[in-house]
Amino acid sequence: MHIAIIGNGISGITAARFIRKLSDHKITVISAETDYFFSRTAIMYAYMGHMRKEDLKPYEDWFWEKNRIDLKRGFVSKIDSQNKQLVFKEGANMGYDKLIIACGSTPNKFGWPGQDLDRVQGMYSMQDLDGMEAASDKNLKRAVIVGGGLIGIEMAEMFHSRHIPVTFLVREDLYWNAVLPTEESKMVSKHIVENGIDLRLETELKEIIDDGTGTACAAITNKGERIDCQFVGLTAGVHPNIGFIKESAPEIEVGKGILVDEKLETSVKDIYAIGDCAQLRNPNEGRRPIEAVWYTGKMMGETVAYTVCGKPQAYNPTIWFNSAKFVDIEYQVYGTVLAKAPENHTSIYWEHPEGRKSIRIVYDNKTSEIVGFNLMGIRYRHEVCEKWLKEKTSVETVLQNLGLANFDPEFYKEYETEVVKIYNQQTGKNLQLKQKRSLTAALKFLRKAVGV
Amino acid sequence: MHIIQKIGLGIFIIALALFTLSLGMGKYQLSADSLDISKEYHKKEILEKAKVNGLLDKRYDSNFAFISDLKKTLVDAQQSLEEKAKDGIPEGVYEWDFRMGNTKDYMFGVVKSASVGPIAQNPIRWFMLTFGLGILGGLLYILPKFISLPGIKNNAIYHNSLTRGLQFNIRSIFLGLTIVGTIIYGIFYMNHNLLWPAITAAMVGLISWLVFFRQGSKENNPQRSASPDITGWLGVMTGIYLIGFYILLYWMPEYITSWVVMVNPLSLSLSGNGASQWFLYGTLYTIIVLVMGIRMMSKYRHNVYQVVRTCSVMFFQTAIAFLLPEILVRLNQPYYDFKNIWPLNYSFFFDYNLDTLTNSGGLGLFMLVWGLALMIIGVPLFTYFFGKRWYCSWVCGCGGLAETMGDPFRQLSDKSLRAWKYERYIIHGVLLFAVVMTLMVLYTYFTGNYQVLIFNSDSVRTWYGFLIGSAFAGVVGTGFYPLMGNRTWCRFGCPLAGYIGLVQRFKSRFRITTNGNQCISCGNCSTYCEMGIDVRAYAQRGQDIVRSSCVGCGVCSAVCPRGVLRLENSSIDVDTRTDALRALHIKDGEVTLMQ
Ligand SMILES: Cc1cc2nc3c(=O)[nH]c(=O)nc-3n(C[C@H](O)[C@H](O)[C@H](O)COP(=O)(O)OP(=O)(O)OC[C@H]3O[C@@H](n4cnc5c(N)ncnc54)[C@H](O)[C@@H]3O)c2cc1C
Ligand code: SF4
Ligand code: SF4
Repeated sequence: MHIAIIGNGISGITAARFIRKLSDHKITVISAETDYFFSRTAIMYAYMGHMRKEDLKPYEDWFWEKNRIDLKRGFVSKIDSQNKQLVFKEGANMGYDKLIIACGSTPNKFGWPGQDLDRVQGMYSMQDLDGMEAASDKNLKRAVIVGGGLIGIEMAEMFHSRHIPVTFLVREDLYWNAVLPTEESKMVSKHIVENGIDLRLETELKEIIDDGTGTACAAITNKGERIDCQFVGLTAGVHPNIGFIKESAPEIEVGKGILVDEKLETSVKDIYAIGDCAQLRNPNEGRRPIEAVWYTGKMMGETVAYTVCGKPQAYNPTIWFNSAKFVDIEYQVYGTVLAKAPENHTSIYWEHPEGRKSIRIVYDNKTSEIVGFNLMGIRYRHEVCEKWLKEKTSVETVLQNLGLANFDPEFYKEYETEVVKIYNQQTGKNLQLKQKRSLTAALKFLRKAVGV
Repeated sequence: MHIIQKIGLGIFIIALALFTLSLGMGKYQLSADSLDISKEYHKKEILEKAKVNGLLDKRYDSNFAFISDLKKTLVDAQQSLEEKAKDGIPEGVYEWDFRMGNTKDYMFGVVKSASVGPIAQNPIRWFMLTFGLGILGGLLYILPKFISLPGIKNNAIYHNSLTRGLQFNIRSIFLGLTIVGTIIYGIFYMNHNLLWPAITAAMVGLISWLVFFRQGSKENNPQRSASPDITGWLGVMTGIYLIGFYILLYWMPEYITSWVVMVNPLSLSLSGNGASQWFLYGTLYTIIVLVMGIRMMSKYRHNVYQVVRTCSVMFFQTAIAFLLPEILVRLNQPYYDFKNIWPLNYSFFFDYNLDTLTNSGGLGLFMLVWGLALMIIGVPLFTYFFGKRWYCSWVCGCGGLAETMGDPFRQLSDKSLRAWKYERYIIHGVLLFAVVMTLMVLYTYFTGNYQVLIFNSDSVRTWYGFLIGSAFAGVVGTGFYPLMGNRTWCRFGCPLAGYIGLVQRFKSRFRITTNGNQCISCGNCSTYCEMGIDVRAYAQRGQDIVRSSCVGCGVCSAVCPRGVLRLENSSIDVDTRTDALRALHIKDGEVTLMQ
């Protein structure tokens, strides 16, 4: 059987690797972007000089041949699902028995005037990285970045690392305030400014000005201000990259992304979709239909591998988690922590006086069940938090054992007592922290679950 | 760059230039008064030949001319004494007080005592102009870094000519030249005895064959090992400078007497003896560990683990490795570095060391027992509790230098699978060599018999000292910092690391835990792992990292942008640390874990 995979990102590659583990099928991974799989999440580090481009590749180049995973560079312009053929833009066809679409996302553009000028781009692909590199010449006196999300702040940090002045336009009244609760948003906003980045809140892009040669020379904001700049970064989110499917294979049902069932199969038999481009028809409770993050791509890739190898599996990402880094502040979230807390959610929020660390624990004030953890500048154990969340543990049990979750390096100060103190203040109770940070205790706690 | 940093850099460059140029500034004049040789017959003969050859009291402006004339004089003196010895050695005189043996042994001391130039006249001023200014410049460059916001700042490391590493092919040329050069020089070093150089060449061939052909690594071209298209020439030049330094230090110390003369006053004030080239090396080493240790702390000051660990290596280098042995000498006790452990301390079981320790009363015996206990009990015990890091990145001097001066180069370690294969053969090969060599030496010590099977234990020991002790640990170990990363010796060569690593791999509470599924495969951890461990390969599949080579520096954990890695200890899963492959994605119970 020949399994073709469109896209050599994390989801397509994980699928290929697991299919190889499970079977002897012929596997071809197709990409228009690069010869080899690389970590999209790390392109900022290549620009900043932390790593070389080769270091972005998680596997050495010989890995693919050794594992008999064929790599093909090319752009699929048409899927002929009737005859099970892929048509390449460069010419030539390729047959398949099963097809996995893992074609990822593409940056949003909202029809701004000037959005297609030179030195105006998003940051998604290797080509975008090269574009930024090429634009970072001596003419670049200021860059304007549009859109206050995770990629926007990465781009700001990138230019900042090369001492290129950055103006960062954010529509909300605080950075990423649609996702982060206000205190955390404030903390990050302050940190952005403290790094010397020109943060403009409640500001949107209206227009990009052409310098007469087809190159951007200034950005005009919705407040009418003109900001002279030689680069405009468009980082206002991404959407599934499914243009070529809509055009060439209307039989594959799409919404915003490619619609898939819980086995990740599309409306057409033997065609699957995974990763950023897939839209779940029935997502789990508490999860969104499209989740453009790294680990969901990985999970989907593994799940679909089982399915195409004849051991059908349902995709089940369980508890939501994520992480990011805002310049120097690490961020982790487990479970549900909403920017605008619903009525039944109560937060216990502790913040370090220096304002670069915080812990937020959210629980359901009706049932006392734990709902989520939000950490800034502090690391928590994924598995411990997940177990508490899955088992809907009561917040007081969690608080008393909070040290189990602490994952900060050795010798780091532990702040769990402070969190418990705040809970006591809020409720008038007198809980005590019983468990400090300890691997042994965490392992015991986790093993009880599996009965080892 | 901050203006103060620029000034600091300028001062440092001036100090380095003066330091380097000072080698050519010495003036030399051999006189009867200054010649510091305790063996009467030798001294007399050398003075006489010096007079005959016109060397005595002649002023030389260049060390090359002086050394070449001196060589002749020493050889003449030696031959003349040999001739005289044929007629019989005077009554009551030991043979080795009469016959001269190797003239090389006198070279350094004579040149040093004949130094008369500006440096010898004013060593303290020159010490301040080189060491002092160097420290000042370094600190001025480093201290402003404390002003910036704390956090991981690896910006531009790969844009910097000093730290970006070099092309695979150029690196191969360096490696090849070093190996060939060492073996050829080794033939001369062993007085044209070809046995050991030949065995070494055969071993190099065997290991390469094993890696390339038996392990099938020929086609696995390691693109991860070096930059594909860029070479940082500043780094290459730094490497060449360091390699040159070590060659002079180990094998031609007579050419660096100007430096030794500068630290003479310090040595006199510490131990009461004049400085040797080893004292110079110790001084330089300690200063670098201290200054670059401050840099390390400026860089990782948000990370308590790094700060504490850096303080620890600074303390052990300064107090235990540098000062304490000198003070012991002042108190007429044996020179002893309490933290150095066999087989890194390969001369521990050499006859002269055992004799010194057993003949120095209670303290000497304590040192002997301490050394044995550290090696037999201390290493396994501490490694069981804390992992290899207790020694390699908290105590050891080589580790201390690697973690301070070497920090800017940690990203240059080779992460390819091929390098890992080389590593395992070479480091365990060196460990085996150390054990065999030591057993032979001990056999000789207890039986008085130098011939062990077909080998002469004395030449084994000399070759080990040359090949492993000097060429590998020194020339490659530090000289290759800007070429192959800061732990080349620790990773590929150190027999003690090999020994501790086995304990860590098979019986230890230590591991690096991977935080569930948080890894985004970014590769920062692998890039900054100085031991060339592909940490990402473990982290991205949710596996904990248990590797014999991991020195527990904690930098992978520090640079991880997603909080994935934690160095920690637990006794409840010592034997199953490596098993736990966690997957969190497919429904519980239905599918086996992710691998
Ligand atoms: C800068 C940046 C930072 C990020 N950081 C994080 C993070 O920290 N954490 C996190 O969880 N997520 C992060 N993400 C999101 C994460 O990278 C994506 O969710 C993930 O890469 C999606 O993987 P994928 O395999 O679904 O698709 P992609 O990685 O987008 O791969 C799709 C591939 O398919 C190719 N392709 C598409 N169409 C065709 C065609 N017709 N023919 C041939 N080839 C085609 C594309 O060129 C591309 O190479 C980040 C994304 C970006 C851009
Ligand atoms: S794995 Fe981490 S702790 Fe171990 S040596 Fe490498 S960087 Fe240091
Ligand atoms: S640095 Fe962290 S996130 Fe990046 S690959 Fe390593 S473990 Fe994963």
